[in-house]
Amino acid sequence: MIKNISNLGDAAVYCDFGLEVNETINSNVIDYFDHLSKLVNEEKIKGITNLTPSYNKLIVSFDLNIIDYSECKSLIESLIIKRNNKRNNKKIKIPVCCADEFGLDFERLDSKLNINKDEIIKLFFSKEYFCYMTGFIAGMPFLGDINKKIRCDRLETPRVKVPKGSVGITEQFANIYSFESPGGWNIIGNTPLKIFDDLNLAEPSLVKPGNKISFYEISQEEYLNWND
Amino acid sequence: MTDTFFEILRPGINTTIQDSGRNHMYHEGIAISGAIDQRNYKLANKLVNNHLYEAVIEFAYQGPLLKLKNNIINFCITGDVIFKIIRKNLTIEEGICYKNYALEADDQLDIISTKNTAYGYLSVNGGFQIKKIWNSYSINTKANIGPNKGKKYNIGDKILIKNLNLKNIKQIELDYNESSDNVIRVIKGTNFDYFSLKAQNQFFNQEFLVTKLADRMGIRLGGHKLENKIKTNIKSEGLVRGVIQVPADGNPIIMLSDHGTIGGYPKIAVVISADLDRVGQLIPGTIINFKEVSLEEAQNIFKAYTEDTNKYLNECN
Repeated sequence: MIKNISNLGDAAVYCDFGLEVNETINSNVIDYFDHLSKLVNEEKIKGITNLTPSYNKLIVSFDLNIIDYSECKSLIESLIIKRNNKRNNKKIKIPVCCADEFGLDFERLDSKLNINKDEIIKLFFSKEYFCYMTGFIAGMPFLGDINKKIRCDRLETPRVKVPKGSVGITEQFANIYSFESPGGWNIIGNTPLKIFDDLNLAEPSLVKPGNKISFYEISQEEYLNWND
Repeated sequence: MTDTFFEILRPGINTTIQDSGRNHMYHEGIAISGAIDQRNYKLANKLVNNHLYEAVIEFAYQGPLLKLKNNIINFCITGDVIFKIIRKNLTIEEGICYKNYALEADDQLDIISTKNTAYGYLSVNGGFQIKKIWNSYSINTKANIGPNKGKKYNIGDKILIKNLNLKNIKQIELDYNESSDNVIRVIKGTNFDYFSLKAQNQFFNQEFLVTKLADRMGIRLGGHKLENKIKTNIKSEGLVRGVIQVPADGNPIIMLSDHGTIGGYPKIAVVISADLDRVGQLIPGTIINFKEVSLEEAQNIFKAYTEDTNKYLNECN
């Protein structure tokens, strides 16, 4: 449940669900997000312009011409949220090619963690991951938690351009660069799948919070011949 | 299908279509986009008798050189902009902002540059022949969403103009004076206490420089490296327009309309809604100061800003 509510500027409510990152807290965030989204979509509440769930926070942006902070806060406090245990159990399998041209940071990981490419691949592909949130750039999923042996800090100097489709890891998390973007995660491979599709207006992001993701390795040839 | 269009003879530095922005998509990682300066955006529409939320062309610094094809239109430019109208017979007129003009087939509109602000707006009576995506016309170049395949305009591109309704247009020139105040009012951020007392004092009492790293995503400031005494990273969480994040290097970044939807740097402050237009218009080299206001003050300042906007809009009638 929400531990603390405060204002983020004059046009957003900052709902704090705790400091830790785990599936229980994140599910709380998503329960609130789903509930509020439904009310907004059905036009039962007015003035809310955006809802941004993350690991353990929910930011509710509103139009200051329509409501103000205290009204929006009261509205959130008055919600009776039901736990949704059935939601989000969708499983998605994502192909990844770890050939040298895509796995940009195996050497860095080896020198930092003393673990070779084969072991990293074995540990990375053997686990199912939970999607905590989508964002930063359109459709980018934040997944966790990766094996403790392959957890590493971000690059000291982030790349100006991380190639589209790159699969990155840092700390306990993994992500997929849905677009070319600046970024500092350790890149271990690349997926040919379309992670964000703006022609799919109803569900542009392939991966959503709560989904379970597993990765499987493909060869360079399979990658090049991939047909979405 | 319309046959009226602008042909782009020179695209300018960052020429896009914008509107009031794309809401309800932060959770997919899609920024709000929209015109950086919302007041000038609305005025541009009002001055050509459009709905206030019609799509306009936004340009930054050097604007586009456009040739009108096949019809007559009315247009208006708002902002602090130098432009010329090159008539078909090659006579040249110096353009005046906040004034509507007729443009005929094969006339050219040369938007030379903005002066003391970054962005300007070009509206045409009736708007452009483009489609909304997720309820907005705005081009988001980071995710390639919106008209023109989500990309900024290039030489040779065409921008189609809707069928026209010229008889409702009367000549108007608005006397618009924007304050050139460089004090930006903010509310303390959710991580204000991450910063040392010295950094907190520096933030409110010293000057910051707008660096060259300024675009529709955000503005990097220089001046004082703000010392963080707790952690230089937080668990990534949502951002909104106006948030001021401070990464490990200590230099603040102000988030603008195309910002990443989540971020992992501590938030020292948030620019109040009434000052977002002015912040977005800051050009590199400008010296600014931050002033703290309470939430209640921010709300009152926003009311005054809205009344002011409405006053100018009413003067266009």
